[in-house]
Amino acid sequence: MTAAYQINHLKFRYGNERRGAVSPWVLNGLTFEVQAGEILGIIGPNGSGKTSLLKLLAQVLRPREGTIRLFGCEMSAMPQDVIALSVALVPQDTQVVFPFSITEVVLMGRFPHHQQAGLLGGFGWDGPEDLRLAEQAMRETDVLHLAARPIGDISGGERQRAIIARALAQEPKILLLDEPTAFLDLHHQLEIGVLLRRLNDERRLTVVLSSHDLNLASQCCDRLLLLDEGTVVRMGRPEEVIRPEVIEPVYHCRVLVDRHPESGMPRVTLPGRKPATSRQ
Amino acid sequence: MSRSGVSPADLDSCSPAAPVNASWQAAVLTSGRWLVIILGLGCASLLVLIVSLRFGAETVGFSEILRILLLALQNERAGLESAGAVGVIMLQVRLPRVILAFLVGGCLATIGAGLQALLRNPLADPYVLGISSGAAFGAALAMLLGIGTSLFAVSALPLCAFLGGLLSILVVYRITISYGYLPVHTLLLTGVILNAIFSALIMFITSMMDPNRSFGMMTWLMGTLTAPDYPTLGVLAVYFVLGMLVLFSQARSLNLLTLGEEAARALGVEVETVKRTVFFAAALMVGAIVSVSGMIGFIGMVVPHAVRMVHGPDHRLLLPASALAGGSFLVAADTVARTLLAPAEIPVGVVTALAGGPFFIYLLVARKGRLAV
Repeated sequence: MTAAYQINHLKFRYGNERRGAVSPWVLNGLTFEVQAGEILGIIGPNGSGKTSLLKLLAQVLRPREGTIRLFGCEMSAMPQDVIALSVALVPQDTQVVFPFSITEVVLMGRFPHHQQAGLLGGFGWDGPEDLRLAEQAMRETDVLHLAARPIGDISGGERQRAIIARALAQEPKILLLDEPTAFLDLHHQLEIGVLLRRLNDERRLTVVLSSHDLNLASQCCDRLLLLDEGTVVRMGRPEEVIRPEVIEPVYHCRVLVDRHPESGMPRVTLPGRKPATSRQ
Repeated sequence: MSRSGVSPADLDSCSPAAPVNASWQAAVLTSGRWLVIILGLGCASLLVLIVSLRFGAETVGFSEILRILLLALQNERAGLESAGAVGVIMLQVRLPRVILAFLVGGCLATIGAGLQALLRNPLADPYVLGISSGAAFGAALAMLLGIGTSLFAVSALPLCAFLGGLLSILVVYRITISYGYLPVHTLLLTGVILNAIFSALIMFITSMMDPNRSFGMMTWLMGTLTAPDYPTLGVLAVYFVLGMLVLFSQARSLNLLTLGEEAARALGVEVETVKRTVFFAAALMVGAIVSVSGMIGFIGMVVPHAVRMVHGPDHRLLLPASALAGGSFLVAADTVARTLLAPAEIPVGVVTALAGGPFFIYLLVARKGRLAV
């Protein structure tokens, strides 16, 4: 197994140190590897550094200390468009100010493939191959019927799926998703789960996703990374991480863990109110 | 069973097989559609230019205009002399002025479209943001110190105007760094404050001048187009066209930047490079524009807005289309300015502000929730 990412003593914090505004570390010395072809889920409570970690993996943010190697290459030395050829990021929420159609937004995923193409440098017209990939991506995420609609006019879930389509049109080797199912209804949650699994099987796409939904993470992911206050609490297969003695101290609440009736993967439930035995 | 719990079989096969719009590709901007729209706008612009040549203190017939233009193109000195005073008015007064108006309007609209993408705010405009007044301050200072002797000399004036505009842009740039984008209220406040500061400084400079020169400066500040000689016009044209090409070359990056800086970076855009390029080109062009035509407002906001409503927000089309539409708009506005009260002239900045100001208020009030369209 080759490593897609090798993360070594990664430290990150926001703020500008030159001006003396020293904020606490968001990520405090992470060391782990992401295997090529696996689905890795990043879980952890609010503010544990999940989003920052994903942004660092796409080099949207840069590490303060430590290194990230992408397929063996030091990332900080790579130009942004070269990274974008192999890494696609689906952010938590995308606000679009201007009325781009969904097709236009999906085709933006072809940007890194067009850097050297086209008259006038920056114009890079979309060719038949780009349109085919965009159509395929929109079909896979079930937004093709919305293709001509302005992206500001559709629901949050539809927008999320359009942004995933954009990431697929990018033809990445690694797909990073920040809370991919946060705005989705049950049907589309399942659909995204199935889609990620299929892309992973068919194209050996490496997937790193963050989620608050421990059950979805447990169902979808090969391995889980549990973060708390910017450090790795545990990394391993879902049945090694989704355990009451691991989860409870991190989330500060009592949880019940049993087995999913079909898959046998661990399933988390919050403690419930016992039904009143008799009201009379 | 695979290692995981989710499998395609779990998906209801009656998943909404929504009717797929087969014509979804029609929405894609192809080079063909681009060419048709740009050529159409180009022809329309040419028409506006020719029509506006007709009007002035002395109305000239279209056949006469075309004859003079053709003779000039063929370099027929003898034929032109036969046209007499009309030929001189056409070629020495109206034509250079109309071309200048077209270039200035086109540049202002293109800069506006670029700034709007960069700041992710459809109300951005060099005038509203205070970049124009910064440039005007630079130019006024140069005049006071006698660096540029005549009002429209293409000497140190544009440079000083550029430095003044750059000062304003640096303030705006600092603010966008701390926010990541420029929210509407911050944008308006920044503009109000910058405009207030620079107006005060300009008033101070005006009060230092002798009354004759200060009157000239006041009219210049209000935005006036005066026919330049052809060498000057040539220098300006090179300046403006290069600046516009720099902006056009960033079109695709600007598209991605409207999704936010982080999203653009994740898609491979070198965000800081694009920002610096666009801001620098904008400061340079605004400097040149202000030094020849004073402060002409609102074109940079109104024109891209209108173009976006008709042709969509793709900057590969929006930037050149705004250039053509903005040029035509200013030519038309200038024609109104010089004919409405002829032989007296209204500063063209007054006309554009009177047209653009109410539109701006309409946008703020009627579309307060979604300023996007």
